[in-house]
Amino acid sequence: MIERRPVATFISHAVLILGVLVVAFPLYLALVASTQTAEQIAQSNPVSMWPGSNFLETYKLALFGGENAFGGKFPPALPMMGISLISALVICFGKISISLLSAFAIVYFRFPFRNVVFWMIFVTLMLPVEVRIGPTYKVVSDLGMLNSYAGLTIPLIASATATFLFRQFFLTVPDELVEAARIDGAGPMRFFWDVLLPLSKTSIAALFVIQFIYGWNQYLWPLLITTQESMYPVVLGIKRLIAGEAYTEWNVVMATAILAMLPPALVVMLMQKWFVKGLVDTEK
Amino acid sequence: MASITLKNVVKRYGKGPSANQVIHGVNADIKDGEFVVIVGPSGCGKSTLLRMVAGLEEISEGDISIGNRVVNKLEPSERDIAMVFQNYALYPHMSVFDNMAYGLKIAKVPVAEIKTRVDKAAKILELGALLARKPRELSGGQRQRVAMGRAIVRQPQVFLFDEPLSNLDAKLRAQTRLEIQKLHRELGITSLFVTHDQVEAMTLAERMIVMNAGRMEQFGTPEEVYQRPASTFVASFIGSPPMNLLKNAPNAQFGGAPGATLGIRPEHLDVTPSGWPLLVEAIETLGAERLVYSSMGNEQLIVRIDEQHTPPAIGSTFHVTPRADRLHWFDSTSGKRIEPR
Repeated sequence: MIERRPVATFISHAVLILGVLVVAFPLYLALVASTQTAEQIAQSNPVSMWPGSNFLETYKLALFGGENAFGGKFPPALPMMGISLISALVICFGKISISLLSAFAIVYFRFPFRNVVFWMIFVTLMLPVEVRIGPTYKVVSDLGMLNSYAGLTIPLIASATATFLFRQFFLTVPDELVEAARIDGAGPMRFFWDVLLPLSKTSIAALFVIQFIYGWNQYLWPLLITTQESMYPVVLGIKRLIAGEAYTEWNVVMATAILAMLPPALVVMLMQKWFVKGLVDTEK
Repeated sequence: MASITLKNVVKRYGKGPSANQVIHGVNADIKDGEFVVIVGPSGCGKSTLLRMVAGLEEISEGDISIGNRVVNKLEPSERDIAMVFQNYALYPHMSVFDNMAYGLKIAKVPVAEIKTRVDKAAKILELGALLARKPRELSGGQRQRVAMGRAIVRQPQVFLFDEPLSNLDAKLRAQTRLEIQKLHRELGITSLFVTHDQVEAMTLAERMIVMNAGRMEQFGTPEEVYQRPASTFVASFIGSPPMNLLKNAPNAQFGGAPGATLGIRPEHLDVTPSGWPLLVEAIETLGAERLVYSSMGNEQLIVRIDEQHTPPAIGSTFHVTPRADRLHWFDSTSGKRIEPR
């Protein structure tokens, strides 16, 4: 906005602050609740707004597990976070490498039915995991991949979005660069490694952020194919803490939720610079 | 170093009767160490021809040999050539040094040797201080020199230039033109240089190929092309302003065949008290000379007069006489040159 009118400034700030409150308030509540004891939360009416003193105990309980008020067990969040991390990373690297290679094939090689292949990939954009979940479950279970990292990750690796993104990027790389590489004697894979990959760095970083969060936040798919507690990702763990019991220890639930939010937030913060560059920059 | 031979070279896009033929049988012998410029208007196939020599386009028919070796089926990297592209095509993520060294690295040249060669090229092109920079930190002229450096370090048999100067401003272009000339004198490598700029062609070429619509119109030294253009196309393309072509000239007066087209360059028309009466339509002042755009009946003529002459007023009539020894005759249907009897 170029205008400098106090009223406009006030209104725009008010809207922004309201937006921040709407997003941040539940987060704040979760953080506050995770520092209190279960009794404190249960007694406060309607919600308690100020941090309590049970921070360390709650997080210890959430991270490493322990006994609840009725003698039942809390599953520890730490191993679940490990599972989430491994699957998110495998999904990420799998998606990026497969999409890079398929986009490379589609853009730089002339093979029969090239356009058909491209459109087939493109059409799968319309078929997210949720839509094809039944048949995919059947295949994964027939292959004996239930309760395994393979089952958690492989069906999620194929990505039309990423392939499309890399295709668009490759199309902007000038043809002369390919020709210069040919004259320099670089074969196709050499060109891919030495020229294309370094040029795609920022796109790769942007995709990494998006896909890491995608992988980390998977809920429905793990819910279907994991039946053993040892293979639950952390998002599933949160749900399990709430389910069933009449008396939920909200402090532990909130602490686990906060813990589950940390890694994606960290990835975004650490890679923010690259992320923005990858989405905005057309540096070539 | 090597000679280049083009034998009946044809380029077609597509197959069968609907194929689009863009090069129609070009024949040329380029001698070892020669600097040959291919010049023509855009779309005449000059870049395609160069890219066929480079191996970036397939050859539909005919043979291209470099140093007595037919290269039709060879990959660009096996043809012992180096190419400078119009937009330089530098690898954006590599330093100047790496850009120049990349081809040698792939060819597995020892590291010490790469270093010597790159340093030597950098010295010739005055790039020594820029070796660690990335292409985006360089000016257009510097990028252009890096592109040439990349060609030099390969020590090829043949240099190919695809309009390397068209992205530079006028001053830099003139300067780089001189540098390319100097480089060619020092290295003596056979060079093919594509341009649409006839000034560039005239100044750089030892011999030039004038192309039009996929055909070679003339292959000769700049003097030959200027003094004895092989067709009306060459006559009007080479020389600025273009040669005047008169369809209805008083031929008998000058000894031309009836119906032939008479060509006379603007600089070969002398202002005289009597002669062809010309009506002045516009005047361009260029400093050392003036161009008088005029008409005689329905023929348009440009006359070049030097600054000492007082220019005729617009709308007035003045007289010129063509120099008899500078007349050119062309067949009015084929456009080909007719040698004076």
